[in-house]
Amino acid sequence: MSITTDRRTLVATKEREQQYIGDRWWRLLTIALLVIIAVIMLLPFTWLVSSSLKLQHQVFQYPPKWIPDPIRFENYVEALTYKPFHIYLKNTMVIIILNEIAVLWSASFCAYGFARMRFPGRDFWFAIVIGTMMMPYVVLVVPTFVIFSRLGWIDTFLPLTVPQFFGGGAFNIFLLRQFFRTIPEELSDAARIDGATEFGIYWRIMLPLAKPALITVAIFTFLNTWNDFFGPLIYLNSPENFTVAVGLASFRGVLNTRWELQMAASTATILPVVILFFVAQRYFIKGIVMTGLKG
Amino acid sequence: MTTSPDHMPAEDRAGVRAALTRGGPRLSLSQRRTILGYTFVSPFILGFLLWFIIPALTAVYLVFHRWNLIAEPRFVGFDNILRLFRDPLLGQSLKATLIFTFASVPLGLIVSFLLALLINTKIRGIAIFRTIYYLPSIVPAVANAVLWAWIFNTEFGLLNALLRGMGLSKVRWLQDPDWALPALIFMSLWNAGGAMIVFLAGLQGIPDILYEAAEIDGAGRWAKLRRVTIPMMSPIIFFNLVIGLIGTFQVFTIGFLITDGGPQNSTLFLVLYIYRNAFEYLDMGYAATVSWVLFFIVAGLTLVVFRYFGSQVYYENE
Repeated sequence: MSITTDRRTLVATKEREQQYIGDRWWRLLTIALLVIIAVIMLLPFTWLVSSSLKLQHQVFQYPPKWIPDPIRFENYVEALTYKPFHIYLKNTMVIIILNEIAVLWSASFCAYGFARMRFPGRDFWFAIVIGTMMMPYVVLVVPTFVIFSRLGWIDTFLPLTVPQFFGGGAFNIFLLRQFFRTIPEELSDAARIDGATEFGIYWRIMLPLAKPALITVAIFTFLNTWNDFFGPLIYLNSPENFTVAVGLASFRGVLNTRWELQMAASTATILPVVILFFVAQRYFIKGIVMTGLKG
Repeated sequence: MTTSPDHMPAEDRAGVRAALTRGGPRLSLSQRRTILGYTFVSPFILGFLLWFIIPALTAVYLVFHRWNLIAEPRFVGFDNILRLFRDPLLGQSLKATLIFTFASVPLGLIVSFLLALLINTKIRGIAIFRTIYYLPSIVPAVANAVLWAWIFNTEFGLLNALLRGMGLSKVRWLQDPDWALPALIFMSLWNAGGAMIVFLAGLQGIPDILYEAAEIDGAGRWAKLRRVTIPMMSPIIFFNLVIGLIGTFQVFTIGFLITDGGPQNSTLFLVLYIYRNAFEYLDMGYAATVSWVLFFIVAGLTLVVFRYFGSQVYYENE
C-alpha cells in the first residue's frame, strides 16, 4: 500500500488527478451496480417468503402485495403437516448421518494413501480419481439401478448410502489429499520414531490436524445429500421412505394451485441450508475454492 | 501434477526408521509399503470396480438387450442402436440439451465473471453483497424448481407482474414452446454464484504487482482487464467451462419439475428422456443406449474444449 502511495505522489501529474476523478465516478457506478444486482438477486427470495405468508386468494392478486396482511405463519404448519414432513426429515437425517460417517472415514482414509504413501500404481489410481470427477454420473444411473434392483435394494436407503463407504466421492478424496499434503512430513516422521504405525499417524495426527478440511467435506456432504433429488426419486418408492426433496416434489402434484403452501414448504427446505451457510460461511468458501482452484 | 519427489527423502528416512524400530520384517520394506499403500486406497479401488466398472459393463450388456426388469432380458442385437437413428424424440432431446448447454454455460461464465469483478471491489460491507450473490446457488434444486415455476406463472407470477408494471404484455413463459427453454436459461443465471466465488478467489490470487507494473506502462482499466486479469484467470475460466459443460449436460430437475419436458417437448432434456425410458416405460436397454449417447457427447465436448481452449490457457509456471 505504501509503495503505491509513494509512487502516486511521485507521478501526481494532472493526468493522475483526472484519473482520481474518474476513480470516484467508477466507484459510484460500482456501488450502484452492486445494489441493483443485489435487489435483483433478492427478488425471488422476497417473492418466495412473501407468497408463503399469504392467504390463499391473496396469492392471485394484482398488483402483488409484498408484505402480506395478515401474515399467515399457519401456512407453514399446514404445509408441513399436509404431508408427513417429519417422516421425510427423519429419513433425510438417517441418510445424511450414514453418508457423513461414510464420507469422512472413507475419503480421508483414501486421501491419506494418496497424499502420504509411496507405492507403485499410486499415480495411476490418483489419475482415475481425477478422471471420475469428470465423469457425467447420470450415464451410469440406468445400469446402477439395474444392479441395485437385482440386489433387492430398491425402496431402501442402501443405494443412497452404501456406495459412499467406497471412497466417499472423488472430489472429497481430492480435497483432503490436497490438505494432507500441506501438513509437514516431519510430524509423521516424529511419530514414526515414537513407534506409531501408519494407521496411528492417520488417526491421531492427520485427522485432528485436518479438521478444517473435514468440516468442509462434512458440510458439502450434508448439502449434497439434503439437495439430492435424482437418487431418492428413482430408488425410493413408498412415501414412508421419501426424503425431504422428494416429499417437496410430490407435494407439487397434489396441491398445484396452493402456491402459498408450496412456497411455505420450499422455504422450510431452504432454511436449514441458509442457516448452515451463515454458521459455517468460511468453510463453504474454502470448500468451493479448494475444489475449484487447484484442479 | 501427481508426483511428489519432495516427499520422497523424508518418507524414505522414516521408512527405514520404522523398519528398524519394528525389527525383522519378512517382507521387504518396499513390499510392505505397497501393501500398506493399497490398504489405504482400497476403498476407492473397490468402489471404482463396484460402482463404475461393473455398471459400465452392465451398460454394454443392456445396449444389446430388451429388459423391463420383470421378465427375463431378451437379446435384441443392434435394435437399440438402430432405434437411435429413427427416434425423433431423441433428436428433440439432443436439440433441447445442446441449446440449453450452449446458451447457459457461456452466459453463466460471463455473468459469474462479471459478478466476481464487481464483488472484488474493496468497499465497506462488500461481504454482504458477496453473500447475497452467492445465496441463490445453494438453494436446493427442488425448492428452486418450485419457486421458479411460481415466478414464471403466466397469470400470477412475479415476472409477468413486473412486465405488466412496465406496461408490457405478459409472456406465457412455460406454455409457449418458444419461451420455455429461454425461460429456463434465464433462470439458470440466478445460480451463477458458485462459479462466481471460484472466480473471486482467482481474482484475489492475482498479485498486485502485475497491476502496478501495468499501470506504470500506462495501462488503463480495459487494458489491465484484457492483458492481466483475463490471462491470469484463464485456467479458472477453463476449469469453470469444463465443469459447467459436464454439469449442464446432466440438467434434469428443472425440466422434470417445472415444465415436465414440455411444451411440445421443447424442454425434454436428454437425462429426462433417459429417465422416462428407464423408469416410466421400463425400457432399460434403450435407456442405457441413450445414456451411452450422452456419455460420448460429453466426452467429445470435453475433448474439443481441451483441444481448442486448453492451449489458450496461460499457466504461470510454464
